[in-house]
This record gives sequence, structure tokens and C-alpha cells, in this order.
Amino acid sequence: MSWTARRLRPALAPAILLAGLLGLWEVLAQTGVLADVFGIEDFLVPAPSEIGQALWEDRSLLADDAWVTLKEVVLGFGLAVVSGVGFAVLIHLSETARRAVYPLLVASQTIPIVILAPILVVVFGFEIQTKLAIVALICFFPITVNTLDGLRSVDPELLKLMRTMGASRLQTLKRVEGPWALPYAFSGAKVAVAVSVIGAVFAEAAGSNAGLGHLIDQANAQLLTARSFAAMVVLSAIAIALFALLTLLERRVVTWRVER
Amino acid sequence: MLTRSRPSESKTRVPPAGGNGAVAEGTSVSIRGVGHSFGSLHALEGIALEAAPAEVLGIVGPSGCGKTTLLELVAGLREPDSGTISIGGASAAEDRLARSAYMPQRDLLLPWLNAIDNAGLAARVAGASRTEARRQAGPLFDRLGLGGFELTRPEELSGGMRQRVAFLRTLIAGRPLLLLDEPFASLDAITRAEMQEWLAGVLAGDRHTVLLVTHDVEEALYLSDRVAVLTPRPGRVAAELEVPAPRERDRAAAVTSAEFAELRQRALHALAGGEG
Repeated sequence: MSWTARRLRPALAPAILLAGLLGLWEVLAQTGVLADVFGIEDFLVPAPSEIGQALWEDRSLLADDAWVTLKEVVLGFGLAVVSGVGFAVLIHLSETARRAVYPLLVASQTIPIVILAPILVVVFGFEIQTKLAIVALICFFPITVNTLDGLRSVDPELLKLMRTMGASRLQTLKRVEGPWALPYAFSGAKVAVAVSVIGAVFAEAAGSNAGLGHLIDQANAQLLTARSFAAMVVLSAIAIALFALLTLLERRVVTWRVER
Repeated sequence: MLTRSRPSESKTRVPPAGGNGAVAEGTSVSIRGVGHSFGSLHALEGIALEAAPAEVLGIVGPSGCGKTTLLELVAGLREPDSGTISIGGASAAEDRLARSAYMPQRDLLLPWLNAIDNAGLAARVAGASRTEARRQAGPLFDRLGLGGFELTRPEELSGGMRQRVAFLRTLIAGRPLLLLDEPFASLDAITRAEMQEWLAGVLAGDRHTVLLVTHDVEEALYLSDRVAVLTPRPGRVAAELEVPAPRERDRAAAVTSAEFAELRQRALHALAGGEG
């Protein structure tokens, strides 16, 4: 088997499955079976080929809105990384901070974003800050929790060893706990980045004049379902690309074998 | 022939490398009437031991006799319930922390640092730059049989090599007292014998005072100038045995000699609860 064949072989099964599903969807949509099942008009059920067509024909529209959403996601995610790691370190270093802040952090995750988003729009307006706040709110929690887990899981014997070397609290954090927690922080960040696009769409749906969420809202209102689906495809692609980038970065940074 | 640490024989000695400018000359250790309990468990009772500068004092005892606790007390990680411990005349916990370097049972090397940076960790903590720490550790790599492995990550090193790096980290911490807690317990028998020979060679030319804790009578007798035998729960000193120097550098020859066999007999007798 050639090198290429060996590389591509694991992708074969999922590719066949995906092609099969798309083919089935195409046939059912074209013959009107799906519309009949749902009891709706034929034109409301786009076939994959029509979605592909929309992706091509609306490409400049999609690209403009995707750029807006991408900015919101990346900046919001960046904000979440900074605040998430910051909270984790703060809680780890101070028992008082843990008692004071931790319940609030958990509580912040129980607030439904769907309800919070419109309120934030009223407060901050259609500006990008609103979107960043919502994306960050969704993203920071998995980062905080995972990083904190990492900081806490350091081998106690190692901490003892650092004490015998006369290491200060911050030195131990820098030389041992920080690197130790890094793979954990990456796990949290990967979860966060996958849901970050959902946050951006919520934020845009609550009130905005650009972005893929906004585009989906408008397309739905105009019953342009193929365009709406095309926007979702782009959205998924953004999330997958960001996830892959993060995985790549993790491989470059965490070069040692991690035991858990 | 293996003689230990006479100033006139210092040709092969490992030069002291101060992590914080301190010279690694040995110091005296004095443990007086030390007792320690964990709740209702009496770990140690009435421990009295002295170590002279540059002496290797072996402490041997069965599992659970409080050997590790004793080392942690000496290291200044804990305060004893009763009695005093002083290193070089100072008995405050912070002085003991500052004067001793602790080598734990597991190597505890940091997986994200290569061997030389792991060895220099204590120096870095003491404020040395990476270059400085490497300059201190570098020359010792060859001498301790680690030459060529400077940039290797711990996960690619064998158990014995990892232990060597961990020992080097302890050695160049710049403290006069080395506390070795079962340094070879995690190794297989063959590697262990090799490492004992290796350590004997390293200690032969070194001026650190060493407390070596182990459950292996042979290891203690082979490596130490003097061996204290502890009883289990509560740990008490059952016997103190002088190991006559000079000894054979060849471990196999040393441990099979008649003199060694007799000492081992006495140690085992003391361990079993008899008087030494």
C-alpha cells in the first residue's frame, strides 16, 4: 500500500457514510418525500445540491458575514482564555478567592444565554462588545474548570520537592504547576472553541446587522432555506478550523507525554 | 579500594557547585530525642543520631518504621513533636530547609525539561539563569556517566539514568547535607546493584554529609560509613553499626566478604528485634 493510500484509508469509512447520507438526502429532497413527511412546501426543503449552489452564488455575502463572525469568535475566545486562566490561577492561589468567586462562576453558567443576549444588546447596543461578552461568557467556563483541575492535580511529592528547594509560591506556579496544567487548559480551550460559534450566533440573533447569525435570521425570514443551510455549513467550517488550529498548537507546545 | 572523603585524596572528588553560592562542604547533623506521631500512630520515638561532616549515615528499617518521616523532619518539611534536630548547629525549620537537599524515592523529573535543565532546577529556583544552571550541571554530566544525555527528555531515559539525573539535581542544589530517601527502591535488582556501585564511586570523592534511608540492609552497609537500624512502629534506633573503611569498590566482592556477612547478620538480628 502506498503512503497516500495508508494515510487516506482511515478517512474512507466516514467519507462513504457522509456521501451516502448526502445522497439519500438529495434523493428524498428532490422527489419531495421529505417535504411530504414534514407537511411543508417543496421549496422549504433544500437538497444538498441546492445548498452547494447557494454556497457558490452567495459566496461574497457569506464571506463578508463569516469575516464578522470569525472576528467575534476569535476575540471573544481570546478574552475567555485570558479570563478563564486568570480565574483558575486566582482560585488556585487563594482559598478566599475560591470561596468568593467559584459560586459566582458556576452561577454564571446557569443563566440561559438566549435570555441574557437580548439584555446585553440593550445595554451595549449592536457593537462588537456585546458579541465578545457573550462568546467569552460561553467559553471561559470550560477553560477555568479544566485549568483549575490541572493546577490541582500536580503530584504532591513534586510540591514537597519544590519546598525543599526553597521555591516561593510563584516559582512553584511558574516552574511546576503552570506547565503541568497546560494540557488541561488546552482540553478546556478545545471544548470552548467548539461552542464559541454557537455563542456568536446567539449574540447576532439577539440583535446585529452583520455576521452569519444575522444572515441565517434574515434568510429564514425570507424563506431562503438553502442560504440558511449554506451559512450553517460555513459556521461549522469555522469551528472545525479553529479546533484544528488549537490541536496543532497543542502538539507544538505540549511536547511531552501527559499522564493522567 | 574505596576510601571515603579524606582531604588528601580529593583528586577524584566532585567539585562543589553552589546553587546559591554556598559551598557544598559537609556539615554535622544532630538528632536528639526526636519523637513524632500522626494522630494515634507513633511513627518515631526517642531517636538520637549524630552524623559528622562528610559522613554517610545509613538508616535502615522495615517499611512503615518512619524512615521517610525522619528525613522529612530533618529536611525541615515538618517539625518534630518532641526533641530537636540541628544541621550545622541550627535547628530552626527554615535553616534545615536551607541546608539540606532532598532526593525523593521517585525521581520526580519534570517531563517538559531535558536532563540538564532538570538537574539545574534547584539552581534555577535559587535564582540562577538557565545558562548559569547549565554551566554548573554540565561538567558533572560526564563525571556521573550522563555525558551525551544532556538534552534528552526524562521519558526517553532508563530508570537508572533518571535516578542519576535526580541525584545530580540534589548534588548541585548547593546544600551541605544530602537526604536520600530510598534512592534506588524503584529500580530492578541488576540496575540497582549498578547504581549502588555508581553512587559509591560518586560519594567516595565527595564532601557532602549524607543521610541515606533504605530498607535494604546490604545497600546501607555497602554505601555508608555507619548504619543505624530502626525498629518498626514506633521507630527506634535498635543498633548502630560501624562499617570499617576501606571497602572494596567492587560491590560483588564487598558484599560477599566475611566481614560484610557478619555486619549484615548483626543488622538483620537488630531488625528482627534483637539488641545490636
